[in-house]
Amino acid sequence: MVSGEHSVRKYDEELEAIRSRVLHMGGLVESQVRTALAALDKGDLELAQQSIDADRRVNELELEIDQMVIHVIARRQPTAGDLRMIIGTTKAVVDIERIGDEATKIARAVKWLHEKGAGTRMHRVPDIQHSGEIAVSMLRRTLDAFARMDVAAAASIIKDDRGVDDRFRATLRQLITYMMEDPRTISSSLDIVWAAKAIERIGDHSKNIAEFIIFIAQGIDTRHMTPDEVERALAQG
Amino acid sequence: MVSIDASVAGREPAPGSGEQLRIKAEARSLDFYYGTFKALKGIKMPIYENKVTALIGPSGCGKSTFLRCFNRMHDLYPNMRYDGEIRLMPDDVNILAKNVDPIEVRMRIGMVFQKPNPFPKSIYENVVYGLRVRGVNNKAILDEKAEQALRAAALWNEAKDRLNDVALEMSGGQQQRLCIARALATDPELLLFDEPTSALDPIATASIEELMTQLKERVTILVVTHNMQQAARVSDYTAYMYLGEVIEFGETDQIFVKPARKETEDYITGRFG
Repeated sequence: MVSGEHSVRKYDEELEAIRSRVLHMGGLVESQVRTALAALDKGDLELAQQSIDADRRVNELELEIDQMVIHVIARRQPTAGDLRMIIGTTKAVVDIERIGDEATKIARAVKWLHEKGAGTRMHRVPDIQHSGEIAVSMLRRTLDAFARMDVAAAASIIKDDRGVDDRFRATLRQLITYMMEDPRTISSSLDIVWAAKAIERIGDHSKNIAEFIIFIAQGIDTRHMTPDEVERALAQG
Repeated sequence: MVSIDASVAGREPAPGSGEQLRIKAEARSLDFYYGTFKALKGIKMPIYENKVTALIGPSGCGKSTFLRCFNRMHDLYPNMRYDGEIRLMPDDVNILAKNVDPIEVRMRIGMVFQKPNPFPKSIYENVVYGLRVRGVNNKAILDEKAEQALRAAALWNEAKDRLNDVALEMSGGQQQRLCIARALATDPELLLFDEPTSALDPIATASIEELMTQLKERVTILVVTHNMQQAARVSDYTAYMYLGEVIEFGETDQIFVKPARKETEDYITGRFG
């Protein structure tokens, strides 16, 4: 990652403005996900609606950041670390926005469950809560790593995505058991599957952002690599 | 085929590109002195055949000094001294050797300057000037060479009906392309461009850059530019110079996306100062 200031101070300000906007957007999305998960835990419709409503601001921020990036590319023609920052950030922002969409899906599932009168028993599938905690933790650590351009933390996040994937499969198994035991729960269980899938996708998107952090900081493209391959690539520089 | 020393080349071509690189010229431990001032320090760098190599760096870093070594321009001034070599391939001759005639070097290595500098002669006479110096006076040969050079310099369509007009009446961009045609007429192996577009408007600049991209099919190009985006646009290889040294040399894509040296990164991202 490039350190030091540009000869053109305005350029520094523009890059810093993009960075802080991304972090602001990340903070909003993290809160949106937490709210959606709390809504799922409690079966709280009001919280679910709050999470859905927050998505509009997240979408607006995506557009704002895209405009800022276009402006910098057009006026500054960024190179090297600045170029990687701009490109990596643009891609990370897409993932952050999609995490917002996943939060919205969880919140919608809460509403559907409520409409079906599933009550809170179905919401409290133990694995889905655990998956949610892991995904939120991943997202928070991802945003922290983005703020500090911390490559080691990013590599660790990439590794952790497996845990979220495993949890998703465990949730599916649990829900299948519910459905087999009591076919009346099939419809509600499918809503829970949607929510569980959204949580699993939050892990995937966090992993993607972690890959862009590595690209921005070190210029190494780790997409489509296994965690072991990422480690090797980082060791080689 | 000349084998490439990776330590000199900085980076080999991308794996799988299958591209065979030939070295057209190579600086080996090149020092250059203006009097007692050492302007170039131990430069080792290949110039690959049929590629555009850009020299970038802050003012006074030695890039123009290095460029001018290639056609022995410094010989025109007193109190200068070369140490080391520039080998020109395929005959592997050290063009800086005292027993090598600078005129002969300039026949093989042409130069285009910052400001278009056509002679106060007709367009035609400008193009064939180098050939006449060589003693070529056969009208048919001169006509053929003039047309070839003007076509290669993307100037034929604009100039063919006014070959006898005075060159100084042309626009700046046309004059620069005329200078390129003049340099091409003697079939040089290496063409040196010293800030070739800094006196031109964006349209003329674009036409010269497009021309450089086409010309590399037939001639190796070494260009000094202050415009880093121009280096990024036109060159295949880039060398970053600072205080008379080549700090980093590599493929242009690598230099502009992931430079290996912090000094290069600071310069190309505008943090130099």
